[in-house]
Amino acid sequence: MLWQVDIYPAPGQLDRSSVEIRIDATDLGFGDLKIFTSRCYLLQGDLEAEQIQTIVDQLLVDPVVEQVVFAPVGDSKLNRPPQENLDPLHVILKPGVMDPVAQSALRAIGDLGIEVEAVRTLKKYWITKLEIGTLNRLTSKILANDAIEQVLVGPLDIQQLHLGTPYNFELNTVPIRQLDAQELDALSQSGQLYLQTAEMETIRDYYRNMDRDPTDIELETLAQTWSEHCSHKTLAGRIAYQGPLDQKGTHGSRQFENMLKETIFAATVAIREKLGERDWCVSVFEDNAGIVRFDESHNVVFKVETHNHPSALEPYGGANTGIGGVIRDPLGTGLGARPICNTDVFCFARPDYPVDLLPQGVLHPRRVMKGVVSGVRDYGNRMGIPTVNGAIYFDDRYLGNPLVYCGTVGILPNDKSFGAPRAGDHIVAIGGRTGRDGIHGATFSSAELTEESESLSGGAVQIGNAITEKMVLDVVLAARDRGLYHAITDCGAGGFSSAVGEMGEAIGAEVYLEQAPVKYEGLSYTEIWISESQERMVLSVSENHWPELKALCAAEDVEATIIGRFVPTGNLTLKFHDNVVGELPMEFLHDGRPPVIRQATYTIPSETSLTPMPSTVDAGMGLIKILGSLNVASKEWVIRQYDHEVQAGSVIKPLVGAKSDGPSDAAVVRPLLSSRRGIVVSCGMNPHYGSLDTYHMAASGIDEAIRNCVAVGADPSRIAILDNFCWGDCEKTETLGSLVRAALACHDLAVALDTPFISGKDSLNNEFSYSIDGKKQSIAIPSTLLISAMGQVDSVDDCVTMDFKAPGNLIYQVGLTKNELGGSHFALTHNLSGGRVPRVEVAQAKANFFAIYAAIRQGLIRSCHDMSEGGLGVAVAEMAFAGDLGAIVQLANIPCEEDVDSDTCLLFSESNSRFLCEVTPDAVKDFEALLSRTHQGQSIAFARVGKVTGDNQMKIEDRNGGTMVALPLDQLKEAWQNPLAW
Amino acid sequence: MSQPRALVLRAPGTNCDRETAFAFEQAGANVEILHVNRVLEEGKHLHESQILCLPGGFSYGDDIAAGRILGNQIRTHLADAMEQFRSDGKLILGICNGFQVLIKSGLLLGHGGEREKNDAKNSATLTWNDSGKFEDRWVHLRTASNKSPLLSGVDRMFLPVAHAEGKFVAASADTLDTLETSGQLVLRYCNPRKDRDDEEDDNSVVDFPYNPNGSLCAVAGVCDETGRILGLMPHPERYVDRTQHPRWTRGEGKLEGDGTAIFKNAVGFFT
Repeated sequence: MLWQVDIYPAPGQLDRSSVEIRIDATDLGFGDLKIFTSRCYLLQGDLEAEQIQTIVDQLLVDPVVEQVVFAPVGDSKLNRPPQENLDPLHVILKPGVMDPVAQSALRAIGDLGIEVEAVRTLKKYWITKLEIGTLNRLTSKILANDAIEQVLVGPLDIQQLHLGTPYNFELNTVPIRQLDAQELDALSQSGQLYLQTAEMETIRDYYRNMDRDPTDIELETLAQTWSEHCSHKTLAGRIAYQGPLDQKGTHGSRQFENMLKETIFAATVAIREKLGERDWCVSVFEDNAGIVRFDESHNVVFKVETHNHPSALEPYGGANTGIGGVIRDPLGTGLGARPICNTDVFCFARPDYPVDLLPQGVLHPRRVMKGVVSGVRDYGNRMGIPTVNGAIYFDDRYLGNPLVYCGTVGILPNDKSFGAPRAGDHIVAIGGRTGRDGIHGATFSSAELTEESESLSGGAVQIGNAITEKMVLDVVLAARDRGLYHAITDCGAGGFSSAVGEMGEAIGAEVYLEQAPVKYEGLSYTEIWISESQERMVLSVSENHWPELKALCAAEDVEATIIGRFVPTGNLTLKFHDNVVGELPMEFLHDGRPPVIRQATYTIPSETSLTPMPSTVDAGMGLIKILGSLNVASKEWVIRQYDHEVQAGSVIKPLVGAKSDGPSDAAVVRPLLSSRRGIVVSCGMNPHYGSLDTYHMAASGIDEAIRNCVAVGADPSRIAILDNFCWGDCEKTETLGSLVRAALACHDLAVALDTPFISGKDSLNNEFSYSIDGKKQSIAIPSTLLISAMGQVDSVDDCVTMDFKAPGNLIYQVGLTKNELGGSHFALTHNLSGGRVPRVEVAQAKANFFAIYAAIRQGLIRSCHDMSEGGLGVAVAEMAFAGDLGAIVQLANIPCEEDVDSDTCLLFSESNSRFLCEVTPDAVKDFEALLSRTHQGQSIAFARVGKVTGDNQMKIEDRNGGTMVALPLDQLKEAWQNPLAW
Repeated sequence: MSQPRALVLRAPGTNCDRETAFAFEQAGANVEILHVNRVLEEGKHLHESQILCLPGGFSYGDDIAAGRILGNQIRTHLADAMEQFRSDGKLILGICNGFQVLIKSGLLLGHGGEREKNDAKNSATLTWNDSGKFEDRWVHLRTASNKSPLLSGVDRMFLPVAHAEGKFVAASADTLDTLETSGQLVLRYCNPRKDRDDEEDDNSVVDFPYNPNGSLCAVAGVCDETGRILGLMPHPERYVDRTQHPRWTRGEGKLEGDGTAIFKNAVGFFT
C-alpha cells in the first residue's frame, strides 16, 4: 500500500514557500497567482491507517504550526482543494536522486518500531487554473528543475515507488580495433568519453597489441583518468606559446613541456629553495590540498575547486555538491585534516537579465544565484564549517556558464601530513552508498555546455547529503587519531575509478565491485565503478586495523566496506563476483596518455585611451553609481545565510563595523581555541582587466588577494596562494595564449613576492553554445582567475578591521596612485572602454605589504582598508559608513605618479598595492617614522590625505581645494546596500 | 563536589560540540563529548554526569523538522533516564539545535509536568524564522525571570544566533500566559535602544532584527518548571573570548564574554 501524507501550515500560520513562489512569479511576469503549498511524504509498505496516524503524530507533523491530511494515494480526501478553482500539481524527485529527508524519515520511522519499505518526499501545489502553456512555463521557471525533478499535473497517480530492478550480469566489450579516426571520434562522443582523437588512437593501438577489445569498464576507466578534469592535460601539456616580450624581455615565445610545472609549480620550487631551512611549505601540488606549516604541532591545508557545469544545470545541487566535494579534499589530504572554514566565490550574469532574451536551456541568473547560495548554505552550515570569505562577480558572459568556486581550509597534526597505501592493505569504502547519480561527471565537466546538456548529462547532476558527510568526517578524524589507516582519499570526479586508480598507482589494486554497497538494485559493474555518488571516502587499511575501524564506523552508524585490496601486481584488476571485467596496467592508465600538444598565442591589445571620456564627471554621482554596482554592492543578504561563526574561532567576520554591516577585507579565524594564532583568508579576482591584458589581470589578482590579507594583519612572509583558472575553449590558440600569459604572471609575482602557490585547479571549456534561428551562437566566459590567499597571524589580538574608529583620527594613503582607470569600476559603470590596466610594481608592492604589517603589529593602525574596485572613493566611503563616521580627504595630498592628470583618476583609479589607514593623533609620529624607513630595501610612498570626522558626511576636496564630493553617509550606504538586499 | 562532570551529547549532524566542551572546560567542568548511541546503549553515562548539554548543529540534518528525530529518540528511548536526571537535581542545557531537541522531546515543556510517554503533542514549538531562511546575527538578550539557576546573576547578554527554525510559538494564548506567569519564558530578545521598562511591559515592540526570528513575546530561551532545564537559541559558547565579539576591534569586547556566565553558573551550581 502507498500512503500519502500532505502537510499544510495550520490556520493562521504563514505559507512561506507560497510567498517565495509568488514573489518569483511576479518578477517573471506571471502576475499575481494564488498558490497553496504542502510538503508531502509517500510511505510504502504493509501499513494500517493507525500506524500512519502514529507516524504522523509522532514524527512528521508539528501540530502547533501544521495540519495534515493523509490517505492512500488516489483517495478523494487528498484531492480537496483548499479553495475553489485551484488545480493540484506535484513535484517529485526523479528516481535515484538523493532524498535526504526521506532517508532520515525511513530511519526515524524504524525507530518508532514501525516497518516501512520506502519513503519519498514531494512537493504539492494548489495553483490558480492556468493554461497548459503558462503552467508549463511556471513549473520549468520556478517550481521544478527538469534535471532532477518530474512534474505530475493533476491528482497524484502513482502505484508504487521505484526501488530498482535486479541486475543481470553481462560482460560488455567495445569493438575498437578496426575503427578509424572518425569512427573513434564518434565513439568518444556517443559514449560520453570526451577523449581526443590521438587518445582514442592510443587506446585502439594498445588493444590491437593486446589482441583483444576493451571491456566497457576499461574504456570508461581510461576516459575518467585521462579526462581534463582529472589529469589537467591541457595546462600540464606541451604548449608552443608565442607571446609578447615583457619589459625584461624574458617571455616572448616559449616551448613548454608541461606548462603548469614550468610556471606556477616552478615558482614554488624556486621560493622553497631560496627559503632553505626556513621553508614553511610542507606538501604542494601533490595531495588533494596544499599543506603548509601553522605552528609547532599543526599544519594547515587549503584547496579551492570549481563546480561550474553542474551548477549551471541544477544550481542548488551543483553548489551543494561543490562545497561537499571540496570539503572532502582537506579530509582526504595527508591522513585527514579537520575543515576549519570555507570560502565561496561566484560569477553570475546580472540578476535582472531580461527574461525574454534568455537563450533556450538557460536558467535565469536570479534563480541560479538563489539556488547556488542556498546550496552552499545548506551544506556548509550542516557540516559545521563557517563560511567566512567570498565574493560575487557579475557579467552577462556568465549567463549560460555561471562559475561556482568553493574552498576549504583544514588543520591537521603535523605528523599526520603524509599517507601511503601499503601492499596487502584492504581498500575500504566508507560513507554514502553508490547509486546511478553522478555518472560521467568527470568527463562532462570537461565538455562544453550546450542547450542539450540538460538531457544528455542529467545523471551528472546530484544533490548532496551533508549529514552523511558530517558522520564520515567524525569517524575519519577519530580513526586518524587512532592510526587505523595508512592512506585516505576522497571519491570525487571519477568515483572509485579515480580514487582507487590514484591510490594504487605505485602498487596495483584488485577491486571486487559487487561488494560496494548500492542505493538500489540494478547497477552494472561499470556504473558502480564510475559513479560519482557523494559523501564517500576510500581508505587503505591493514588487516590488523580493519576490525577496529569497522567497529568504530558501526558505533556511529557509518557504513564501511572492504571493496578490494592493494596488491603488488602493478595492475588494476576489476572483478564482479568471480568475473574479471577489466584489467589495466597502472603504467598504461597513468602514463599511457599521449601528450596533448597545443598552440597558444597572445597579442596584447594596443593600449587606447579611455573612451568616450565625458568632459565633466559628477564625482558624487559617479561614486554612488560604483557603490551601487553589483560587484561592489553589499553581499549581506548572502553572508548572513551562512553560519560564519560555528566552531567559535571567528575573529574578523565578513561583516564588520559599528553596525556589523561593513565589508571586511579578509576573514580571520582561530582554529585552535586554546591558542591565539590565526588563519587569514581572502581572495582577489579581476575578470574585467582580462580584456586589456591577462598578465596584469593575474598580477592584480595576486596583489589584491595578498593586500586583503595584509590589511587585517597577516604576516606577508607567511601567505600561501591558490590558483583557479576558469577559461573558455582552450583549443582556440588565442584563448589558451591568454591563459599561458596569466600563468607567466603567476610565476613572476609569486617569485618576486616570495608567496608560494600551494595548490590549484583549472576548469576549461567554459563556453555555452545555443542556436538562434538555426545559427549556432557561442558565449565564452571572460577569462577568470581566482586567487585565494591563506595568511597567518601570530596573535589575533593584533588584527584590525576596515571601519573608521574615532573622529579626529588621521587618514593616510600608503602606495602610489597611477593613471590606471582601464577595466576599473569607474570605466565599467560609465560604459568606457580602453585605458591603462593596473600593473603591479613588485618591489614596491612587497615593501608596502611589509610596512603595513609592521605598523599593524606595533598597534599604529586603527583601521586599514585595501583600495581596489572603485579606488580611493569607494575605500573612503566604505570605511566611513562602516564606522558610522564622516571623513574629509584632500586629493591634493594623494601620493601619485606624475602623469595622473585628473581628479577623477585620483579618486577612482584602481592602482594596486595601496592601502588606506586610520591613525590616531598619538600614533602619527611613530607611524610616519616607520613608513619613512625603507622596507625590503624600498622606500614607501605615503601621505596624510585626510581626517575622520564626526559629522556623517563624506567630503572630497579636489586638487584646488574645491568641494568635489559632499554626501551624507546614509545616501552612500543605501546606494551600496540596496541592489542585493533581497 | 569539586569538579562536576558535563556530558556534551552529540548525534549525527551535531557540530558545536567541540566549542561547547571548550566553554565548559574553561568554566571548570570535567567534560566528555559522547555520541548519543553510547548513551542509548548504556545508562551509566547519564548517571555519572551532573550536567547534560545538547549543543548546536543539525542533528540528523534537521530533516523533517529541526531537532525532531533526536527529540524522538530521547522521548522514546531515554524518557525515564532523563526524568531521573531531572529529579536528581541535575542540570540540562540545550543550545540552538539542543533547544529544538529539548522542545521536541517534550522534556522541556512537555504536558504541564505530567509526562505522557508517547505523546509528541507539545505545548510549544520552535518553527521557521519569519524570514524563511537561516540567519547568523548578534542579538541583545535580557533575563526575564530568576527561575533558572543557569542565568543566575545574568541581566543582559549580547550573543550570536545562527538558525533557520528558532521562532518560538505556543500552542495557545493560554499556554503562553501560563508559561509567562510561571517565569519559564526566561530569556527574551530585546532592543537595547528602547527604554527598559517600556519593553518589559510590551514584548511586541521588539522588531526584526532585534527579534531575529519573530518569536512570540520575543522568547529566546525557556526553562522547565524546575528551572534546571534550560533551552536557548543564542550561542553562549560563541562568546567566551574577547575576539569573538563582532566589534572587538572597536573596543567593545569583554575579556570574558557574555556567554561565559552560563557555563560558570552550571559548574557553580554543583560546587
